[in-house]
Amino acid sequence: MSKDKSTPLGRVRNHGAAAEGTGHFVGQRVSAIALLFVATWFVLSAALSMDGPTYLAAIDFISQPFNAVGLILLIMVALYHMRLGMGEVVNDYVHKPFAKMALLLLNTLVPLVIAAGAIFAVLLVNFGV
Amino acid sequence: MAGATRPGDRPISPFVSIWRWHVTMASSILHRVTGVGLYGGMLLLCGWLMVIAAGPEAYEPFGAFLAGPIGQVGLYLLVACFAYHLANGIRHLVFDTGHGMKPSDAETTAWFAILFAIAAPIGLWALVTFGG
Repeated sequence: MSKDKSTPLGRVRNHGAAAEGTGHFVGQRVSAIALLFVATWFVLSAALSMDGPTYLAAIDFISQPFNAVGLILLIMVALYHMRLGMGEVVNDYVHKPFAKMALLLLNTLVPLVIAAGAIFAVLLVNFGV
Repeated sequence: MAGATRPGDRPISPFVSIWRWHVTMASSILHRVTGVGLYGGMLLLCGWLMVIAAGPEAYEPFGAFLAGPIGQVGLYLLVACFAYHLANGIRHLVFDTGHGMKPSDAETTAWFAILFAIAAPIGLWALVTFGG
């Protein structure tokens, strides 16, 4: 028996089940479990250790090695998780093909650009001149 | 037929537009809304990191915004969004194991997630404001 349940015509048109839902499901949950710890740590740690949103408090926070590693982890995992979640929202509510494709593309590219910028920022605060 | 109800009194199919509002519905919708809110929150956090790396002059307006009323209310709401998404996320992870799906259990845990989202930011705010 063939593993592919779509009809030959469906396969030709490349429609029907994409057979990649499991990866999305697992990725969403694995990143959720990681964020239970990383994001909770960040919210509590940032709120309790920084004395207001001042420049010096921020530099102090980011330049501690533990916090820097935590921030980089948070950026990577949270942006991955939110990209999956927002992709689901776009797929559910946006039906016009062009708008949907454009939003899904933005939803992939914006987190990538933001992640590169934010991770570089953490490194710059720690190792920059 | 004796005792038959008039057509207007008969139960009708649970059509979406007249379906009673359930707390489990609200919890599902709130999970999405808070998720979208936290998307914005992560962009804000990343922007914060980048302006800090850019130096004190670049940070000045950003810091003033965060310290101002809109920034403070925004941060408070982000903590509320996070608390909700966290509690309801745990709820969904439990659902994934097949537990807690009984309607009464699902409703109780939905209320818990909503109350946690109200209590947690108040608690954190009190801890930051009055704590050592």
